[in-house]
Amino acid sequence: MIASPLSAVPAFSLGPTIVTWPVVTTWGVMAAIALASFLATRRLSLRPSRAQAVLELVVTTLNDEIAATIPGDPGRFRTLIGTLLLFILCANWSSLIPGVEPPTAHLETDAALAFTVLVAGVYWGIRSRGLGGWLRTFAKPSFVMIPLNVVEQITRHFSLMVRLFGNVMSGVFVVGIVGALAGLLVPIPLMALDMLTGAVQAYIFATLALVFIGSAVNEG
Amino acid sequence: MNDLIQIVSIVSAAFAVGLGAIGPALAEGRAVAAALEAIARQPESAGTISRTLFVGLAMIETMAIYCLVIALLLLFANPFVK
Repeated sequence: MIASPLSAVPAFSLGPTIVTWPVVTTWGVMAAIALASFLATRRLSLRPSRAQAVLELVVTTLNDEIAATIPGDPGRFRTLIGTLLLFILCANWSSLIPGVEPPTAHLETDAALAFTVLVAGVYWGIRSRGLGGWLRTFAKPSFVMIPLNVVEQITRHFSLMVRLFGNVMSGVFVVGIVGALAGLLVPIPLMALDMLTGAVQAYIFATLALVFIGSAVNEG
Repeated sequence: MNDLIQIVSIVSAAFAVGLGAIGPALAEGRAVAAALEAIARQPESAGTISRTLFVGLAMIETMAIYCLVIALLLLFANPFVK
């Protein structure tokens, strides 16, 4: 019997709270990203080293992408969108380390990420047009649309969560099943496909988060 | 009775994924074909088109993912199996 992908394996318990493996992996990925960012930005210079050039390329690409979607200063959204992109990418690719299961293959991590995007959309919507203006966007194009707009606001973040979960989890699942059937070398092409899916899903998650926040900031 | 529910769950999970993949497959094929045609006409706007295409494909793909999640619910978290 295969373990259910909907439940998480507990790693250790901290008093009454049980810490599961996805949480441990999440903190590991976060620590790795933080350490890498710290090391990469420790000695910034006007004549960039190789690592700094890569970093600048990432930041410039992010700026261009954000500026293409939301007019105005892209720096406002770069922290959130960039963190989402890098974290999901690293989390998806963390399955390359033997014995590590990507935290995004569990529903809870994806729910937290999608909830962050929801809160960010509400925050930027209220901040850019005031509470009344934000509430009024639900009544566009007419007040008949209010229930539909409210439902849409919830379902699109729900689908954001389910999309990431489904894609990453199915990749892990397929590699696990094929690995159980024929362990040596056979899962490697599937793992390569898994890496591609992971990169595409990270990009899509970040783009959709950008589009959702942009729709709250722009005309709605 | 429980065995019967499990058998039906497994069969319907397979059907959910199998039939649920047909629609998104057709839709994604059409979307990619339209995007390729647009890029062939206007190669200079390939960046915008492919970005929109990716987002659209992700939207379409969600339908197949929903079917997969339903299948997993049937297999692993079936509320009718004791």
